[in-house]
Amino acid sequence: MDYNKYLRQDKFPHIWCEGCGNGIVLKAILRAIDRIGLSKDEIVMVSGIGCSSRTPGYCDFNTLHTTHGRALTFATGVKMADPKLTVIVVMGDGDATAIGGNHFIHAARRNIDLTAIIFNNYIYGMTGGQYSPTTPFGMHGSTAPYGSIEHPFDISALAQAAGSTFVARGTVYHALLLDKFIERAIRKKGFSVVEALTPCPIMYGKWNRMGTASNMLKWYQGNTISLKAASTISPEQRGEKIVTGVLVDIEKPEYTEEYNKLIERVQNMG
Amino acid sequence: MQGNEACAEGALAAGLSFFAGYPITPSSEIAEILSQRLPRIGGRFIQMEDEIASMGAVIGASLVGVKAMTATSGPGFSLKQENIGYAAIAEIPCVIVNVMRGGPSTGLPTLPSQGDVMQARWGSHGDHPVIVLAPYSVRETFELTVRAFNLAEQYRVPVILLMDEIVGHVNEKVRLPHPSEIEIIDRQKPMVSPEDYLPYCQTEDDIPPMANFGEGYRYHVTGLCHDETGFPTNDPAKINSLLRRINRKIERYRDDIIEVAELELGDAEIGVVAYGSTARSARRAVIMAREEGIKVGLLRPVTLWPFPEEQVTKLADQVKRIIVPEMNLGQVAQLVKCSAEGKTKVVPLTRVDGEPISPQQILDLLKK
Repeated sequence: MDYNKYLRQDKFPHIWCEGCGNGIVLKAILRAIDRIGLSKDEIVMVSGIGCSSRTPGYCDFNTLHTTHGRALTFATGVKMADPKLTVIVVMGDGDATAIGGNHFIHAARRNIDLTAIIFNNYIYGMTGGQYSPTTPFGMHGSTAPYGSIEHPFDISALAQAAGSTFVARGTVYHALLLDKFIERAIRKKGFSVVEALTPCPIMYGKWNRMGTASNMLKWYQGNTISLKAASTISPEQRGEKIVTGVLVDIEKPEYTEEYNKLIERVQNMG
Repeated sequence: MQGNEACAEGALAAGLSFFAGYPITPSSEIAEILSQRLPRIGGRFIQMEDEIASMGAVIGASLVGVKAMTATSGPGFSLKQENIGYAAIAEIPCVIVNVMRGGPSTGLPTLPSQGDVMQARWGSHGDHPVIVLAPYSVRETFELTVRAFNLAEQYRVPVILLMDEIVGHVNEKVRLPHPSEIEIIDRQKPMVSPEDYLPYCQTEDDIPPMANFGEGYRYHVTGLCHDETGFPTNDPAKINSLLRRINRKIERYRDDIIEVAELELGDAEIGVVAYGSTARSARRAVIMAREEGIKVGLLRPVTLWPFPEEQVTKLADQVKRIIVPEMNLGQVAQLVKCSAEGKTKVVPLTRVDGEPISPQQILDLLKK
């Protein structure tokens, strides 16, 4: 496919560091959009603040780079003002689950038709490698020089518990699976979440001696397990491996559709 | 009709079709009324998870081209400041209602105050444009709500309707104007093709036309300092031009934006400067004082920001002293002092105990 069709080519080179996985997630998003056949005019891409939140700037859609953690709130206004628009929200782990944690769980609870793609690199990259809500226990960052003593969020489990109707977890190592998850997430009428594990070799990798960018990619290969494979083995055999795949796909009334029904109902009351 | 009700009616008359809010006393009636009324006209209401979220949703909706508003009070107004700054730099029209209550912090949830005058102007960080209007009656609340939308659309700025608990909850008989009598201003849309559209271009009037998301223009909106294309820039010349232009929008149209009301100023030897519900007491005090032969007049800023400096300077030239009653520790009195430029004595009359300033209190000071 022709990625350039969807990119603002004059905005390159991008700001991401060498070895960063964000570009792989971006390409997966574009492949998904291309397969669905959406027109660029009907897509609104919204982001918060952070490395991943620079993604919309490179995309030739209606793009909205908002305040830190608040992307889903702006996206909610966009979607309610015109439910026909396809609204894709890209956030980082800190953006979505720390400063924006409240908005994240409530967008999921409300089941509004937004697609949230969370670039999870376990760290605040843009601000210099501080530990985030997803930094694993014991791992390091510039504000956790002795190792984090906090317990991390499992973003997909959080999304599920809060009521998301579609949740999938993928990695940039499994890039061709990632676009399939994103495609299904966009097609889903309801609040859908794709947690994309993506490496930050410059910050997270450096602080935790993860080696080169390609070593970090291979880490995903060795430390993840598909939902299907995980279901055939015992939890002990699975160990610390991260489960990937479509974790939730359920049906529930969607918010903007319910609001349209409410309008109809109220107007018929006379 | 109550002031809060008049605010909701004014918003609907101005063309409101999206409201996002969060419950807070003493503004909740506005959300309650709109949750009932908006779906009836095909509009949409949402109760968001917090105050920050409702401000974000309002900006998102406005970008798609609908007229959007939120309403809150002190603590919520503090939380909204982050995204008010976003609306200011990204030039997104929107209306924020703050029905002031006593502060700081949780303060006095059901009691009146005028303590947010400075916050309304400077609550969000950085030099940013906002317009602030302060109604003093139920009828004026209706009119100024309409005006708030018109100003927001015309100048692409967040407009704050700074009510107070008394104006919000007082009941008065009002005759609302017929829709045909109401002037409605809509934002200017681009006249050029999407290929030629520069979302933040320097126009002759300093107000770039605004395209709706979803209509083919596919532009970028950010809270970062940006150039004419809307993309982030670190170029000092472009940053300078952006920040000066968005603030100049207000300065150069001061005469259009600033509205004051005057009472008995013709031969006045003492001036009273009062706004919002305190102006109701001031008005009564002026009438009482005139009956006793005291030559006093009232200057009432309807627009609080930009502050009517020229009008106050003119008053300072005329009178021997200016009394500024307000339910805070002298926020507007400071502004009056600056505008008076030492030409006359400025006497603050302050009250922060949750009780309104009575006409008698003002009259007593006038007699001193």
